[in-house]
Amino acid sequence: MGPVSILQGLDLEVHPGEFLVLLGPSGCGKSTLLHSIAGLLDVTGGRIEIGGHDVTWADPKDRSIGMVFQSYALYPTMNVERNLSFGLRINGTPKAEIDKRVQRAAQMLQLTELLKRKPAQLSGGQRQRVAIGRALVRQAEVFLFDEPLSNLDAKLRTELRRELKQLHKALGSTMIYVTHDQVEALTLASRIAVMKDGRIQQIDTPAEIYNRPANMFVAGFLGAPGMNFVEGRLQGGRFVSEALSADVSRYLFEQAPQDGQPVVLGIRPEHIALDAADGEAHGRGTVSLVEPMGAHWVTWLDLQGRPLAVQSVSNTEALLDRQVAFRIDAARVSLFDAESQRRL
Amino acid sequence: MKRPARLSPARIGLYAFLLGAAAFFLLPLYVMLITSVKPMEEIRLGHLFALPRSVTLEPWATAWQAACTGLQCDGIRGGFWNSVAIVLPSTVLSILMGAINGYALSFWKPRIGQWFFTVLLLGAFVPYQVLMFPLVRAFATVSLYGTLPGIVLIHTIFGMPVMTLLFRNYYASVPGELFKAARIDGGGFWRIFFQLMLPMSVPIIVVAVIMQVTNIWNDFILGLVFAGREHLPMTVQLNNIINTTTGERLYNVNMAATLLTSLVPLVIYLVSGRWFVRGIAAGAVKG
Repeated sequence: MGPVSILQGLDLEVHPGEFLVLLGPSGCGKSTLLHSIAGLLDVTGGRIEIGGHDVTWADPKDRSIGMVFQSYALYPTMNVERNLSFGLRINGTPKAEIDKRVQRAAQMLQLTELLKRKPAQLSGGQRQRVAIGRALVRQAEVFLFDEPLSNLDAKLRTELRRELKQLHKALGSTMIYVTHDQVEALTLASRIAVMKDGRIQQIDTPAEIYNRPANMFVAGFLGAPGMNFVEGRLQGGRFVSEALSADVSRYLFEQAPQDGQPVVLGIRPEHIALDAADGEAHGRGTVSLVEPMGAHWVTWLDLQGRPLAVQSVSNTEALLDRQVAFRIDAARVSLFDAESQRRL
Repeated sequence: MKRPARLSPARIGLYAFLLGAAAFFLLPLYVMLITSVKPMEEIRLGHLFALPRSVTLEPWATAWQAACTGLQCDGIRGGFWNSVAIVLPSTVLSILMGAINGYALSFWKPRIGQWFFTVLLLGAFVPYQVLMFPLVRAFATVSLYGTLPGIVLIHTIFGMPVMTLLFRNYYASVPGELFKAARIDGGGFWRIFFQLMLPMSVPIIVVAVIMQVTNIWNDFILGLVFAGREHLPMTVQLNNIINTTTGERLYNVNMAATLLTSLVPLVIYLVSGRWFVRGIAAGAVKG
C-alpha cells in the first residue's frame, strides 16, 4: 500500500471563537483534516498552528484541544465521573480542581445525576453529552467534533444540535466541526468550509454559501432538494434555453460575460413559484410528483425530460399530471460557467 | 392449535445419541475412578467395569505421598508443587506479553509490526522438536538450562504467538476512536494499556488463563527437557511413577496419580466453562 495524498494545497484559517463547520460528502478529506489538526495523523507536509504555536509535530495532548467522536469513545470500564476526569488525572491536576471542573461540566450538560453510572447504562444522547463534557473539562482552546451527532436518532440530533449551539454561545471557544449533514452545518456554523476531493471548494458564512455558491458542487450539495440546474446560453442580458428563459440583466457578474456564452442557471426550489400568470411565466412543465414535507410541499416538474423541483407552502397535489406555468425569482438565481462549473 | 409434543421421535433419537456419546466419553473416567478406589485383590479378579466391593482411599494417599519415582518414594506431591511453581509465573508472563504485543500491534501500529507479527505466527507453526536442541544450547550458554526461570521463559516464549494472536484479534474489535480519545486525554503507551485496555480485556484474559494453565500444566516434553531434576512437573513425575514397577503393577495407585494430575485442568474447566464461552463470544459484542 503506497501513500495516498488526501489533502493538497489546503489553506485554512480559523478565527478565534469561531464555529467552523467542515462540510462534504464521505471521502472528501474532512475527517482527515480534523484528525491532522488533532495530531492523530502525521502530516507529510505543511504546517499546523494553534493559537500562534506551531504544533505540526506536537503530541495530541500538547495541542490544547478537546475532541468529540462519532462513536462517543467513552472508556467503558470507568464511570461518568472518571471518564470526565481521566485526562486531568493524567496531567496531574490537583484533586480539588478536578472535582470543581467535573462538577461544572456535569452541571452544564445535565449529567450531575449520572456521574456514578457506567457508559453502558446511558442512552445515546447522554453518552454524547459525556463525550462533550470530557472535552469541556480540559478547558481546551479548540474543540474538535467528528460527526458527533451522526449516531443519534433524528429527534435527539435536533436537541443536541441546539445544546451545542448554546454551549458555543456560553463558552465562546473555537470549535471545528466535521459533518456531512447540511442542516447541522447551516444551523451551527459561523462559517462553513465545503470540501470535495481534499480541497476546500468554498469557505464563507452559511448565508453566503447557500445564496451565492462558488460552484455547481457547492450549489448542489446544500439544500434539500438541491439547487435546480438548467443549461442554456446568455443572449443580450437574457438567459435562454428551450425550457426556461429569464431576464438576468441585473445579475452581479464577477467578470463580464460574453454574449452567447454557454452557462448553467441555478435556482433554488423555494425561488420558483407555480402561480404564474401567462404573461410573466418563465417556462412551463408537467407536474410529475408531489412530496408533502409537512410544512411545505416539493413539486417535481418535468421540463422536457429534465426534473425541476419547486418548493411551495401550499398543497400542489391537485396539480398532479397537469401542465403548469412557473415563474422564477430572477434576482436570486446563480449563473455558472458551463465548462468550469464556476460561478460567473 | 395444539402445542407441539415435547417428545417427538426425532427428539428421542437426539437424546439417545447425546446420552450414548456422553457415556462413551465418560467410560474411561468411570473405569479410572472405580479402579483407583479398589484394593489390589479386587483388581486382580479382572472385572474392569465392576463396582468396588470395598472402597479404599489408600491408593490415593499412596499416590500423593508414597509412590515411587525411580529410587525416591515421596509420591507425586513434589511434582504437583513444581507444576504450580511453573504454571503460575508462566501463565501471568505469557498473557502479559501477549496482551502487550496485541495492544501495540492493534493501536500503535509500529512500522515493522506486520512483519513482526508474520514472523511470530510462523514461529507458532514450527514444531517444538526442531527448536529443542538449539534452545538447550542457548539456555545452557546463559546458565538458564535446567532452572525454574528457564522453564518459565520457555513457556512464555512458546505461548507468545497464540497469546498475541488472541489479544490482537480482541483489540481489533475495540473501536479505534477509544484509543484516539485516550491519546487526546494525554495517555501514553503504558497508561492506556494498564488503565484502559487491560480492564476492558477481562473476558479475553479469562480465555487466555484457561488456555495457558491447561497447556502448561499438561506439558510434558518441555518440562522434561528444560525444567531440570529439581523442578520436574507433575506430568513427568506421573510418567515416572507409572513406569517404576517393583513386582506387580499398582493399577489403583497409577489411576489415582493420573486423576490427581488431571485434577487442575478439570477444575479449571468446570469452574470457568461458562466464562470461557462468554469470553470467546465477547469479541462479537459491543460494549
